[in-house]
Amino acid sequence: MEDPLAWELAKRQESISIAEFFEKNRQILGFDSQPRSLITSVKEAVDNALDACEEAGILPDILIFVEQSGRDTITLIVEDNGPGIVRRQIPCVFAKLLYGSRFHAVKQSRGQQGIGISAAVLYSQITSGRPVRIISKIGKDHPAHYFELIINTKTNEPEILKDEEIEWDRLHGTRVELEMEASYVRGRRQSVYEYLRETAIVNPHARITLVEPDGNEILFERASEEMPVAAREVLPHPHGIELGTLMKMLRYTERERLAPFLRYSFSKIGLHTAGEICKAAGIDPKTDPHTLGVDDAKRLIKAFKRVKIMAPSTDSLSPIGEELIYKGLRKEHTADYITTITRTPSVHSGHPFVVEAGIAYGGSLRKDGPAKILRFANRVPLLYQQGACAITHTIERIRWRQYGIDQPPGSLPTGPIVILVHIASTHTPFTSESKEAIADVPEIMSEIDLAIKELARRVSAYLSKEKTLNLRREKEVIIKRILPQLATKTAQILELPTPDINPVIAKIMGNVLVKREIHEDGEVHRVIMEVENNTERTQEFTLHEIHEHPVYNPSPAPKTTPIGSEYNHQWRITLKPGEKRAILYDLQAMPDELKKLPPPIVEGVGKELLTGAEAIDRGVGDGG
Amino acid sequence: MEDRDLQARASLKEVIQRIYEQLEDGTIPYLELPIRTKRNIELADEENVWTYGKNTITRSAKTTKGAYQLLKTTYLCELLIKDHLEQKKSSTLREIYYISENWKHAKFNEQQESDRLIEDLEIITGLRREDFHVRPEENGATIFGPLRLKETTKRGERIIHCQEDVGEAGYQIPYNVENIEFLEHDAQLIIAVETGGMQDRLIENGFDEKYNALLIHLKGQPARSTRRLIKRLNTELQLPVAVFTDGDPWSYRIYASVAYGAIKTAHLSEEMATPAAKFLGVQPRDIIEYDLSTDRLTNQDIKALHNELTDPRFNTPYWNEEIKLQLKLGKKAEQQAFAGKGLNYVTDTYLPARLTELGLIKR
Repeated sequence: MEDPLAWELAKRQESISIAEFFEKNRQILGFDSQPRSLITSVKEAVDNALDACEEAGILPDILIFVEQSGRDTITLIVEDNGPGIVRRQIPCVFAKLLYGSRFHAVKQSRGQQGIGISAAVLYSQITSGRPVRIISKIGKDHPAHYFELIINTKTNEPEILKDEEIEWDRLHGTRVELEMEASYVRGRRQSVYEYLRETAIVNPHARITLVEPDGNEILFERASEEMPVAAREVLPHPHGIELGTLMKMLRYTERERLAPFLRYSFSKIGLHTAGEICKAAGIDPKTDPHTLGVDDAKRLIKAFKRVKIMAPSTDSLSPIGEELIYKGLRKEHTADYITTITRTPSVHSGHPFVVEAGIAYGGSLRKDGPAKILRFANRVPLLYQQGACAITHTIERIRWRQYGIDQPPGSLPTGPIVILVHIASTHTPFTSESKEAIADVPEIMSEIDLAIKELARRVSAYLSKEKTLNLRREKEVIIKRILPQLATKTAQILELPTPDINPVIAKIMGNVLVKREIHEDGEVHRVIMEVENNTERTQEFTLHEIHEHPVYNPSPAPKTTPIGSEYNHQWRITLKPGEKRAILYDLQAMPDELKKLPPPIVEGVGKELLTGAEAIDRGVGDGG
Repeated sequence: MEDRDLQARASLKEVIQRIYEQLEDGTIPYLELPIRTKRNIELADEENVWTYGKNTITRSAKTTKGAYQLLKTTYLCELLIKDHLEQKKSSTLREIYYISENWKHAKFNEQQESDRLIEDLEIITGLRREDFHVRPEENGATIFGPLRLKETTKRGERIIHCQEDVGEAGYQIPYNVENIEFLEHDAQLIIAVETGGMQDRLIENGFDEKYNALLIHLKGQPARSTRRLIKRLNTELQLPVAVFTDGDPWSYRIYASVAYGAIKTAHLSEEMATPAAKFLGVQPRDIIEYDLSTDRLTNQDIKALHNELTDPRFNTPYWNEEIKLQLKLGKKAEQQAFAGKGLNYVTDTYLPARLTELGLIKR
């Protein structure tokens, strides 16, 4: 599981001074410009704090102070509530490059190389000439230790300038203070603010407070009290292991027979599976692995593919989870729709990985311009080199238009959309050692593709539902607001009575219309009922007129049943789409009685499909 | 009320009547209008100007947008009928936009919207906005030259000679050109000039006197009144017209709106376009022939030139050749570029040469 840079470093350590090494690799280490140097330092310190809290099962509460201490210098203070560091380890953790065993383990963690915070210390020391100041306390009944340290750039050993016990008001935790040449920038993607904001999204269990140089305080509040599941160290999985890696494993193993070598060097290989693999490769299980050559190794790799091996365990991974990604996105974006997904684990080159993704759409997100892409590897935001990253490439290759989202050909989709992708892996393949872009590994791209397409489908379903709702809302505006005004205004200009707009409403809504007109004529009045089917289906219904008057000269004749002192006149009507019919009858009543006439009632058409009449579900007063 | 106002009121009421009747009939209200793009303009044979073709758009209350437009049209008609025609008042385009503040849901979102609806009403009724007492914000441009005219103003009649009775700025064209009567003139031709700087140059050099030219300042894209005046001078006094602009795509559009009619107001082309107007320059070929100082064409310029290649108004061999030449050169030139050859060059050399080529003057 060697890392090329780590090997390189190990080899060179004796021959060149680390100061020289740092100068040559500033860009790789993330210290190539003043703004970036600050971001990198914040990143290393915050990563350490989050990792430490997680290992100890503490909900992280991290404070970041950025102070302008000189024209070109900044003092950075990062304070956490983690478990603290025991006194004797403090100098090595902060003032010795490559301290720590992290890069030997197969386990998902934020910093993969352990160059981490000591690189920031070295940068600070080179640019400001000041030592790093550390306070750390491991518990209530323990003293707080204050250290001032520098790195001896010849020997890569810590030099202790001060080592004191002091009073500190925290129960436990660590505080790092660094002074460095750096600059604090705002308003762009690559900034401390944005880095912390994105960190807060994928670490919703953390509370992060940033104090900017002008004293402005920003709180990224915790959205969940739930700790992420801690990752365990595991052996590599045989699927996708590279030939060279296998060769090295064969050469350096302590086992003397192939079958046990397989069983104890890989995960998911048991006694039975080891035998199967040997059989499939045509190699005696008792063979000494040290004697195997390239061809044998190739056969073993083929055998790994042929023999059924259980999927890699995800214990070594720490995905964030759909729910927490949802919470993270929700707390930092005001969107109309958010959806998230965690894929099942997969393998690349023997390393298990999980792709997680989230999409936020609409709301106050920017409507113009390309989608905002939030990229993360092992919960660390990737701010630089978006264009070189497998995440970006995969998103660009998806045909977004089929999901109802705009996209210039071959580019990122456009519109009010944020796409988050997190890759959790024991080994994330980056394009370069600066670790800002994930390499185009087919297995990973395929998982990203599946995750995002699933989310895009959900967004598309949401959008089409919204469209229907909008259409409905639009019609409501027309019929409730505009048409009544149009009717009154035109009537007012022409000095005519306001027209009845129900027939137009029925047409716009696609409803069944019932329009009753009464032509007053002395004591006998002519009633004309017009029914019209504006729906797209044939409608069968019963029209009821319930009042205390008998009807005369009806056409067609109703079925009339008395209810108490009233009559229920019923017409059975069937109308095809677009069809209309008139029902006529005479009525004897006083003018004021006419005004009190209840509205017609329709039985058999839903309320939402009816204009000009009341709807009922069941029979009215049938048989009294 | 005067007859003209009565007629305008009747026409507007008819529009409202149409909507009212549709509501009564149970028809979803709509208005039908010609589509106002370059794809829908055609040459009206008798008049030789570009007017709208047969393609129409239906503005229906089926959509909120259409419904709001109908409501706004109704409010606008009410204003024109009750406040303008019946009260003998007038408003400017901008004022109408502000008046709509009180119309609640019928309020215009921007002036462009009210301007457009007024044009719609012109099309529907076959009248002009002046008939509804609607004025543009600014008055027309200016005219300078040997012409005596009579203007009927609100304060009586004024007789003005456009060289002798005016200052160096010339006579200002009023918004309603129908109030002008031409009395007498010595003019031989009309030169419509795009920029004020060039207009002043021609006056300073005495070009109007030497060639008996009426100089009309277009002030960029010419106002309706300016175009109407050119049209009237051309038809009533039989004066030939030459249009002198910068040599860039936007200036060709200025010429096109004088000669052929503007796409936005093609319904008025018959009254405002002067098909006999000739394009004087600056022509793309002049850039080479006169070796003018130039600027590089911008992306917008190139886009506009390509656009003109598909504009039916520019679909002539002359324009095809000139536009393609310009695209090939990648250059444009301003009227003022002639100053590089001396201040008299434009009046002594270029204009006489071009006017001779066009057959407008004889050497």
